[in-house]
Amino acid sequence: MSNDKLQTATVTSADINDIKRQESLAATAAQPVKITARDVKVFYGDNQAIHGIDLDVYQNEVVAFIGPSGCGKSTFLRCLNRMNDTIDICRVTGEIKLDDRNIYDPTLDVVQLRAQVGMVFQKPNPFPKSIYENIAYGPKLHGLAEKKSDLDDIVESSLRRAGLWNEVKDRLNQPGTGLSGGQQQRLCIARTIAVSPEVILMDEPCSALDPIATSIIEELIDELKQNFTIVIVTHNMQQAARVSDRTAFFHLGNLIEIGATNELFTNPKQKRTEDYITGRYG
Amino acid sequence: MTVAETEKKPLPAPSKVQQKVQQSLARRQRQEKLFRGVGISAVACSLLLVALLFINIFSKGLPAFWQATITLDIYFDPAIVKIPERPVQGAEESDNDFRERDLAWRSAVGMVNYNRLIQAGLEKVIPDALQHRRDLARIVTSGERFALRDLVIADPTLVGQTKTLHLLTDANIDVWLKGNIDRSLPDAQQQLSAKVREWVDQLAAEGVIQNRFSFALFMNPDSRSSLASAGLAGAFMGSLYMMLVVILLAVPMGVAAAIYLEEFAPKNKLTDLVEVNINNLAAVPSIVFGLLGAAVFIGWFNLPMSAPVVGGLVLSLMTLPTVIIATRSTLKAIPPSIRQAALGLGASKMQAIFHHVLPLAIPGILTGAIIGVAQALGETAPLLLIGMKSFVASVPAGPFEQSTALPVQIYLWQGNELRNFFEARTSAAIIVLLALMLSLNALAIWLRKKYEKRW
Repeated sequence: MSNDKLQTATVTSADINDIKRQESLAATAAQPVKITARDVKVFYGDNQAIHGIDLDVYQNEVVAFIGPSGCGKSTFLRCLNRMNDTIDICRVTGEIKLDDRNIYDPTLDVVQLRAQVGMVFQKPNPFPKSIYENIAYGPKLHGLAEKKSDLDDIVESSLRRAGLWNEVKDRLNQPGTGLSGGQQQRLCIARTIAVSPEVILMDEPCSALDPIATSIIEELIDELKQNFTIVIVTHNMQQAARVSDRTAFFHLGNLIEIGATNELFTNPKQKRTEDYITGRYG
Repeated sequence: MTVAETEKKPLPAPSKVQQKVQQSLARRQRQEKLFRGVGISAVACSLLLVALLFINIFSKGLPAFWQATITLDIYFDPAIVKIPERPVQGAEESDNDFRERDLAWRSAVGMVNYNRLIQAGLEKVIPDALQHRRDLARIVTSGERFALRDLVIADPTLVGQTKTLHLLTDANIDVWLKGNIDRSLPDAQQQLSAKVREWVDQLAAEGVIQNRFSFALFMNPDSRSSLASAGLAGAFMGSLYMMLVVILLAVPMGVAAAIYLEEFAPKNKLTDLVEVNINNLAAVPSIVFGLLGAAVFIGWFNLPMSAPVVGGLVLSLMTLPTVIIATRSTLKAIPPSIRQAALGLGASKMQAIFHHVLPLAIPGILTGAIIGVAQALGETAPLLLIGMKSFVASVPAGPFEQSTALPVQIYLWQGNELRNFFEARTSAAIIVLLALMLSLNALAIWLRKKYEKRW
């Protein structure tokens, strides 16, 4: 990271006069801002699910969203790659910028955005096709490989980075749905990184997995951090504590607190955060 | 909710709960038994009805697949079959000229009195034939002379040879031999003269007349002059052409409409209205579609009457809602996670649908389409109104030629005057139609099993 970029990051952060954010910024100010959200509100019909959220995500960090069920953390996550567009009655206001570009700009094609911001879902959802086809689908879609050998390389490196290569290299032509739950989720992660996104959104990626599969995915997230910016929604506070650099606590559609993970868990500033992480409610 | 709130209402004592449960157990078990009993008897009743239907149809229809057939040595007497030599196309002759000469030859072959060949054959097996010439002409059904003509056209060298042939007897003889007419009725009420009945019994005892598998039922079109050779070929081809039109029109249109409505159409008043109307269309009585077909396709577009193409168009209209509804419900059942996976990778909506949703939906779509087509195959009422109930004595060569359809043929035969013969014939036609439908349904099941994938 050059000094120039560092400078820019500091300047950007100086514009922000919210104290809460500045405190959190201090922890990871070494990285430039990747995603900026300002006054984001989400409505489902007449129901307001999110009440104005301001949040920044820095490059190559892992941000965890925690909070009780229905607090809006998944809804907010799905705003970041406009997955909410698929819900007819859903309406998003405010501003979300990815690298200073408004992602809700009508001139921006959502296809381009989603190639940049990949997503891993709660339930492993491999396509009912072969393992190879699962990984190759994204690169083929975007024309990332010109030759078959390029595609083979992408498939192999994606599977390697998802830590799945050794388990599946001999059965690439078998259906992806035949793998175990944890393997399927890693296949989905491999599928996501095969299109070389910049940001990966993970919506409770381990909630359907057993503890061993979960720990493998957690280690994987730690490695992926080198190359990707990761936003993860989780129900599991220990998981947030283990994998994330910063943690954001959501409650009833509001962002209550965001800060460096060890800070937030050991010394929460807000009463509601403290109540939640100590298990008073949730 | 606090701890204090929950303490306000004390829970019933465990022993009391047990007591209450015990008391209600007998009633619950009784209800369960009653419901099971009702269910089982409902299933039994419907099975019984289906069994009765099948027993009735098969007991009546199966004998019609075998018909009284007489085996005769036919001598193609050159004195009777006087035909010129078959023309051969000359080196310098144009195709048209040759076709003209060939046609002339064919009509010359057709002019021969083949009945005399048959009578000569009969005289060999019936000793007192010559005294009863008029009775003799009633034995072999009149259509068989054309079978002899076709043999000669196919192979002119037959002339001068003797060939053993199986010829269909008159329909009344089939009725008489199968016991479908009361043998004790007086002569005045019998269709056959006393002499013919005597001969036929004699020939059947000698094995000259036997029950043989009736290829005529499948190979011939309908007939009114030679009832014994009336067959289903015309109606079968008519139905086939109609199915082709339905498959080519209703299936792609229905699937496309369903995909658009389910996946792309905005949810507003207009699409709601369209949806309600599609569902209503499925409930419109089929005869109304027939009226519409007569008015629009025949009245305005001047398409030919009684043609399978019009029948196909009308049946397509009828099948469309079935296909749309089936396709939509299949698309609805595809788990949203598959769409999300594709969209999350940056696939456009159309790519997500065509690459992932549709392949998964294909078994369901095929099943819906085939069931729709099978329904159309069995439909009769709209066809009556567009002229497909007229008598057509030829096999249609294309969808624009006059034809009838299998269910309409059943209706026509059912109304034939020679009840004793056509009752069985009708049931046989029903068996053919049922077999066709069952095989379509079996195809649907097979396709579903073949393409079904887990997700």
